[in-house]
Amino acid sequence: MILLDRVTKTYNKNHTALDRVSLHVEPKEFVIIVGKSGAGKSTLLKLLTCEERPNSGKIVVGGLDYDKLRDRDIPLLRRKIGVVFQDFKLLPNKNVFENVAFALEIVGYGTHEIKNTVPRVLDIVGLKGKEKSMPLELSGGERQRVAIARAIVRQPKILIADEPTGNLDPKHAWDVIKVLEKINRYGTTVILTTHNQDIVNKLKRRVITIDEGRISSDRANAKYHAEGTKQ
Amino acid sequence: MSHKLITFWRIIKSGVQNFFRNATLAVAAMAVMIITLSIVLFSVIANATFANTVQQITDRIDVSVYLKDSVTVNQREKLTADIKANKNVKSIKYISKDEALELYKKQNVSNPDLLAAISQTDNPLPASLSIKPIDPNKLNELKAFLDSKEAKALQSDDTSYSGDRKEAIDKISQATKFFREIGFVGVIVFTFVSMLIIFNTIRMSIFNRRDELTIMRLLGASSWYIKGPFVVETVIYGVVSAVVSLTLCYILFVVSTSNFDASSLGLLDIKFSSDYFLHNFWVILGAQISIGVLIGAASSLIATRRYLKFKSLS
Repeated sequence: MILLDRVTKTYNKNHTALDRVSLHVEPKEFVIIVGKSGAGKSTLLKLLTCEERPNSGKIVVGGLDYDKLRDRDIPLLRRKIGVVFQDFKLLPNKNVFENVAFALEIVGYGTHEIKNTVPRVLDIVGLKGKEKSMPLELSGGERQRVAIARAIVRQPKILIADEPTGNLDPKHAWDVIKVLEKINRYGTTVILTTHNQDIVNKLKRRVITIDEGRISSDRANAKYHAEGTKQ
Repeated sequence: MSHKLITFWRIIKSGVQNFFRNATLAVAAMAVMIITLSIVLFSVIANATFANTVQQITDRIDVSVYLKDSVTVNQREKLTADIKANKNVKSIKYISKDEALELYKKQNVSNPDLLAAISQTDNPLPASLSIKPIDPNKLNELKAFLDSKEAKALQSDDTSYSGDRKEAIDKISQATKFFREIGFVGVIVFTFVSMLIIFNTIRMSIFNRRDELTIMRLLGASSWYIKGPFVVETVIYGVVSAVVSLTLCYILFVVSTSNFDASSLGLLDIKFSSDYFLHNFWVILGAQISIGVLIGAASSLIATRRYLKFKSLS
């Protein structure tokens, strides 16, 4: 599903964000990426969503070779990948329903389809009945679940969650993680980056540790300490 | 409805919404655009009016060659043929002594003293050749021929060149040229300024909505889905400005002409201007809208091109 082959990304001569990173993620996998701030986690995700291009190396996602991707193909790629951000990135002047519907509107879904699809997805993330609420009226956890609903409403094969629990208290963080697990059970590949060692250790999934731009460990069901040491 | 049609409809809808939401910015952009379009319109109409005035006066200008009474028919015909050989001669008409007298009587019908004076003598008026030139500014060659010894011998009086009229024509031609140049420079300057202001308006509105645009890009909105509404918004600027500018001109030309019963202001024949405006109304409206839309669309495309790149979002 995702293949990185010796991918390097440098921002300037003194700062190498990723150094010859190779990685393979199978379809329907749930992968957690951990590492200190500035280790290169966000750069890795930005390369996957084509916000950045690598200096060297090969990236193939869902059969699409990024080397052959033209600028105008980038929107098509992004429609196949759902992304959840730490700061939610919801539109403040649209209500919950409209925020989720927005993802469908921009790719040309009809009004009827939108009316059918959005409530179903809001049900999956546990926000049934909150359709009319504005983002500012919701708790952090609820807002993040709106963002997840928006990311999965087009049924992407891959869901990328960039520190989705970073701004949440433990209870809401777990609500969000449970939703991600549920989506993974439905067959979506999930890539999750986090600092939260509790979440990593309880999830018991494949854990990839990035340290100074390199993969320092890649183990199934690994334990993790936030300081960056692994067991 | 197909996906493309739905998307197209949403782009239009969003552009119209933006237009009303950015009302203050829109007014600023449209004000400049109205001035630009009005200048374009005034230049065109003033140009046509001046051209018409020049044409009218040019049509009236002629060169009169007064013949001695002793000139024979043969001599006259030879002179006529020689004058006709000149490339700048449109037509040539012989006016006999009798015709000249008739003409004189007609012109002075309101002046019985003059009529009485002329009836008491033999016809003192000479026969003449009235020459209409093609271009009254290029009479030198004709003048040289008429001043030649051979031609001069047949003339009773100095050739009349409608001298005062020629001067007037020269002045009008110069004025027309000057106004045309000023108009041209004005159009270019104001087009540039209005593009700059629209460009800035769009940039400010992109700045206000940058979070929304980032989200749209990250969710996979196509480049046209993002910039389309901006183009629609500025196209509306263009259409509204064209209509307002045309309405202003309508009030100025048509309503003022009929209300104040003014037909001319010096060189500017207002009646002609207003007729020209009404006669070409739809063409002018079409041109105004096209120019407005072009200015709007071009500036918004440049503004969005720079700010809506897909890469390096952070």
